[in-house]
Amino acid sequence: MITRRSALLGLSAAWSLGGRASLALAAAPTDRRLVVVLLRGALDGMAAVSPYGDPDLLGLRPGLAGTEPGRSGGVLDLGGFFGLHPALAGLHGMYAAGEMLAVRAVAGPYRSRSHFDAQDYLESGAETRLSSGWLNRAVGALPGRTGALAVGVQIPLLLRGPAEVGSYAPQDQPAPSPDLYARIADLAHDDALLGPAVMEGMRDRGFSGATLAGMEAKPGGRNAFAALAAAAGRLMAAPDGPRVAALEVGGWDTHAAQAQRLQGPLRGLDAGLVALRDGMGGAWAQTAVLVMTEFGRTARVNGTGGTDHGTAGVAFVLGGAVAGGRMLGTWPGLAADKLHEGRDLAPTADLRTVAAGLLTDHLGVPPAALGAVFPGGVAGMGGLVRA
Amino acid sequence: MDARTAHAMNRFGLGRRANEVLPEDPVAWLVQQVEAPDPAAFSPGLPTAADGLTVLREQNKLTLPPNTSLVKPLHDQDVAAHTAQLLTTTAPFRERLVWFWANHFTVSTRAAGLSAVAGPFMREAIRPNVTGSFAGLLLAVMRHPAMLMYLDNASSAGPNSPVGKNQRRGLNENLARECLELHTVSPAAGYTQADVTEFARILTGWSVDLQRLFPGYLFRDGTHEPGNKVLLGRRFGPGEVNGIAALDWLARHPATYRHLATKLVRHFVSDDAPPDAVTTIAGVLRDTEGDLAAASIALVHLDAAWTPLAKLRTPQDLAVAALRALDLPADKQPGLGAALATLGQPIWTAPLPNGWADAAPEWTAPEAMMRRIDWSYALAGRAGEHDPAAVADAALGPLLTARTRDAMRGAGSRRDALTLLFTSPEFQRR
Repeated sequence: MITRRSALLGLSAAWSLGGRASLALAAAPTDRRLVVVLLRGALDGMAAVSPYGDPDLLGLRPGLAGTEPGRSGGVLDLGGFFGLHPALAGLHGMYAAGEMLAVRAVAGPYRSRSHFDAQDYLESGAETRLSSGWLNRAVGALPGRTGALAVGVQIPLLLRGPAEVGSYAPQDQPAPSPDLYARIADLAHDDALLGPAVMEGMRDRGFSGATLAGMEAKPGGRNAFAALAAAAGRLMAAPDGPRVAALEVGGWDTHAAQAQRLQGPLRGLDAGLVALRDGMGGAWAQTAVLVMTEFGRTARVNGTGGTDHGTAGVAFVLGGAVAGGRMLGTWPGLAADKLHEGRDLAPTADLRTVAAGLLTDHLGVPPAALGAVFPGGVAGMGGLVRA
Repeated sequence: MDARTAHAMNRFGLGRRANEVLPEDPVAWLVQQVEAPDPAAFSPGLPTAADGLTVLREQNKLTLPPNTSLVKPLHDQDVAAHTAQLLTTTAPFRERLVWFWANHFTVSTRAAGLSAVAGPFMREAIRPNVTGSFAGLLLAVMRHPAMLMYLDNASSAGPNSPVGKNQRRGLNENLARECLELHTVSPAAGYTQADVTEFARILTGWSVDLQRLFPGYLFRDGTHEPGNKVLLGRRFGPGEVNGIAALDWLARHPATYRHLATKLVRHFVSDDAPPDAVTTIAGVLRDTEGDLAAASIALVHLDAAWTPLAKLRTPQDLAVAALRALDLPADKQPGLGAALATLGQPIWTAPLPNGWADAAPEWTAPEAMMRRIDWSYALAGRAGEHDPAAVADAALGPLLTARTRDAMRGAGSRRDALTLLFTSPEFQRR
């Protein structure tokens, strides 16, 4: 385990792996960096990247459709038809700089709407749960010894497996997301003893009375994800630092009051991705980041101003190495006959092809090894990174 | 798991440890823990009170740099041993009794020197006596260096004793007052300041010898107040033997039985101890002359003790129950000692001699609840691949509400689901 202080202060880039002897990675076979960010809880892809040009959007999502670009609080345009949520201004800056692309209507190969199952499948890279994650197997497929790092308290399934993986966690534990606080408060609400205490405690923590209903995060409040991402960036910037890292962040399961509750997590994600870039420094030019979630959410708004578990969503690919400033994938449309099972955005791309494209074209995993990374094999999506 | 078993393991035990074998008969399981010998096996290498006092004595001779302590390593060993016991014991009811009586006879490391003897106090004075007679427990406590130091009796001197006259030293009433008020008869007995003073005179000489090879309890003739004393209308002669007699008499006083019964019922039944349950337990204590095993078993047989989830878990209860429910491998297990510090109930640090509160309102401050939430979230982050639903079912069985089950099912991650479990109203209770 990397000691926090030495790592954060940049005093030492030496890091030990899985409790084994410290490994010097001066001879790492690649200078390319790959970061995977797992959004646990299912980000609503249509909230993050609004298809404002789709004629069926407003009918499906009254109150959640967002505002057209150019107007106050409007989405940030992605070349017409699509627009980024206004909380993702940092990402939009990367898009404008040609360093970010979004893959629309993407989903894993599974069709489970269970968070836990779907996250396991997403991380396994398969339609079943495997004992190792695809990113670990990809590290194993690289020539030489490439360092991989889990950023957080535990190593996600994505990075578990035969290849050695280090982990880094700060001493300050991240706090629950506003959404989780809201769920805890809701569960305790009818308890005469605990309900009032939890509500009062949240007020004391800075959730103002006005925002308690929507549980919007306090602006300027501590952003644990940004701190983690910044630290990950600094660790990976080191010449002998890890080349592959995984981070995770929750707060996406917005079944109610989504317009309010999504603000904080999106702002936190945006700040974190900017912090990752800034922490990387010059290594950003050799970096690709894949941001993915287990599934999308229902096309329609539900009865509580939120969305329920769906199918296709959005994935982001960003970094100095990325051929960005574009949208990839095929938009299936939101017409009633186009929706998956009459309720979800239909998937038109397999998320694994995005991952596979980054592994081969960016990180240098031999295409022949992809079959071991993704059982059954997938073809990598081309053109994600600059030639 | 049926509801009675789940209740027995939470109310009387410390929460079910993952995969802990379920008892066939929960009542028999509880009774057996009281009747069988204590299965706890503490390392013989743990410090005795004499060890702690020896180190304390040497430490007092030195000028140490700030934030260094020779005693602390001994204390840390004891904290580790006791927390491990809480997390792994196969006799959780007996363990709960140990901590109940330790809180009844609070000593706190907030007082100088106490970290040298707080752990030994648990192992030497409390633990061996929790299923014996209350008089035996009281005597063991009152002669232990930890209590004599904590409540200042070690330095008390009779004004008419040789030392008192020569060195102009006098009484310290602290232990005498707390023994009457907290440990035995309680203010309900109607004692007066004169009784406190008389009892303090009786207890003069009950002291600690730090200088001898194996430091420990010493009755000092030189500080003992001569002459007869009258405590609550009863006359006691001079000498250590009459102090022992006074304690024995106080231990068997009807007001003591009532006071102990009230505290036991509050701990095992509900914050507002039902009067008929208190009467039952007080009657058992009276009929058995203070047999704590009989009283403990009688608690199990109280109908009122089987109303589920009537007690809020203290921070210690909560942390122990959550850690037992997950039963993480050693390398992932967060320290219970650190957890209790975070949650506001660090081990052996009660602010005052009346110990930690045993009523929910004391533990439900808003920030305290937030710390429970944040700690639960941090713990859940270590839980890896635990199936939250399986953890919930194993720990709570039928006590798990549909509402919590649904909230967990709808959670965005395993971590969120476990956080919801640990912060749910039913897991917060026992």
